[in-house]
Amino acid sequence: MGTLNTLTLTDAIRKLHNNEITLDALYADVNSAVSSKNSALNIYLAQDKYAEKSAEKGTLSLLRGVPIAVKDNFLTVGLPTTASSKVLDGFMPPYESTVTSKLKKAGGVIFGKTNMDAWAHGSSTETSDYGPTKNPRNPEHLPGGSSGGSAAAVAADMCIAAIGSETAGSIRQPSAWCGVVGLKPTYGRVSRAGVVAMGSSLDCPGPITKTVEDAAILLNVIAGQDKYDATTSPVQVPDFTKMLKTGVKGVRVGIAYIDHEKLVGTPAAKAVEQAAEVLQSLGAIVDRVPLSQTLKDNTILTPDYAIGVYTVVQRGEVSSNLARYDGIRYGHDRTHFGDEAKRRIMLGTFTLSKGYADKYYVKAQQVRSLYIQNFRQLFSRYDVLISPTSPGYALKLGASKDNPMFGELEDMLEEPSSITGLPGINVPCGHDKKTNLYLGLNIVSAQWNEGLVLRAGYAFEQNTYWNSWLKKDK
Amino acid sequence: MKKTSSVPVHTKTSVMSTAVVQHIAKLANIPITSAEEKKLADGFTTTLGVVDQLKKLDTSTVEPTHQVTGLQNVLRDDGIDRDRMFTQEQALANALHTHNGYIVVEQILDQE
Repeated sequence: MGTLNTLTLTDAIRKLHNNEITLDALYADVNSAVSSKNSALNIYLAQDKYAEKSAEKGTLSLLRGVPIAVKDNFLTVGLPTTASSKVLDGFMPPYESTVTSKLKKAGGVIFGKTNMDAWAHGSSTETSDYGPTKNPRNPEHLPGGSSGGSAAAVAADMCIAAIGSETAGSIRQPSAWCGVVGLKPTYGRVSRAGVVAMGSSLDCPGPITKTVEDAAILLNVIAGQDKYDATTSPVQVPDFTKMLKTGVKGVRVGIAYIDHEKLVGTPAAKAVEQAAEVLQSLGAIVDRVPLSQTLKDNTILTPDYAIGVYTVVQRGEVSSNLARYDGIRYGHDRTHFGDEAKRRIMLGTFTLSKGYADKYYVKAQQVRSLYIQNFRQLFSRYDVLISPTSPGYALKLGASKDNPMFGELEDMLEEPSSITGLPGINVPCGHDKKTNLYLGLNIVSAQWNEGLVLRAGYAFEQNTYWNSWLKKDK
Repeated sequence: MKKTSSVPVHTKTSVMSTAVVQHIAKLANIPITSAEEKKLADGFTTTLGVVDQLKKLDTSTVEPTHQVTGLQNVLRDDGIDRDRMFTQEQALANALHTHNGYIVVEQILDQE
């Protein structure tokens, strides 16, 4: 068997275009990787038996028929969609999500549906009603979540590229833990139509890929205003691959959060300091942004409060979105909800109830405004902010069990940018040879600035040795 | 949709009682066992403890944010989009119980 499954999206497209490889050979290698690894890693919940047939139709389009793994909360006609919950066990969507529809039109093939935390509630993929996914880099460890299956599919070369979704960390954190690239676009850049709703004011579909260039290619395909999602923006979508390779000379970079008590002296903080040096050596203007407990110019508000904001806003939206599952028109009744969904629905119901809405929900939305003000001021001074994506390496299987705040704490470094709708990318920035696990760099910018986020990510990736697909001698 | 039913008042800020848990379960239509009540109450207490940290920030003059990209009043044309319509077959395809082209639901009104 060959190793065409290890091709990046960029290389697969080029090689298919130049007839250097055939779709048959590519699919044979991807299928072989799936047969040998899926039962141990538990990544795909469903696979398209006719994927290769569909691929032939895409050969003349941009994506050339490449197999793409899609998180199981995107509705896909012909493939069951469960959001990893038994409530939706066996559900066959009657319509297609905008994202998968765009991928198909661009010649991509929805190769399979990937495991996730049930309803995307979690950061471990352990809350899936179909069992946890294991981290392909080290199967004793978690892949992160909630898009853990998609990140793992990329890390295990069981697809050429993948799609995930993020509410707060669900693309970037599993990407960090699996040593892959994950881009969370600006809220409203990519349509949520046909995505099982979680936190509607936060949810963002986005690419999970082997390289930054791969992410730019996929973002080009899925971005844009959609009449089926009123929150998508009319802001123009540029060609994200165009500015990608123009470097970071003169880009103002702020180092954020590494002076937080949970990060001081950690490998994650050190990796970010080293990343800052790399960016500086490439011509970026690098500066530290001090952490602050209150809103103050030229400092960054501690992510500690974002945990509370996110918890209240997301659970409130969850309680509303999951009210529709009554087992009448589709799905099974509410006895099928798992523990995490029950917890979130109930707490959201509580914080929105009479007498408590002002105390919790309105307060959280006010603090959300403080974060918006803080970032607005900081982005007049910096072009991008960098921080660790996760406070550390992937935790061991079982780490999320019986911890009602597991995800919120693991995702604390993404929450401020999520509640404010900012774009951010994870790129690998460290590797532990003993455990084979990765650290991630989170690069965030102002709304609609995905181009700059990708550019900075690309410059970093191309000038370091952390990306396992870019062969370089250390 | 905003829930308006009132919840029994619990006095201590970050402690949630099993009585409140029972009431929320009813509001949210989530069936829970009595064994789950205590565990849920403890979990909610932990979570609300984290949320209570927000009190440290003065927001008396701050407007809440509900939509982060500033879009307002996004409306669609008031017409039928035939591309989005389901056939009867599609609409019924995932329902567990159907009868003569209808979805069967549990009776909620008295027989008279």
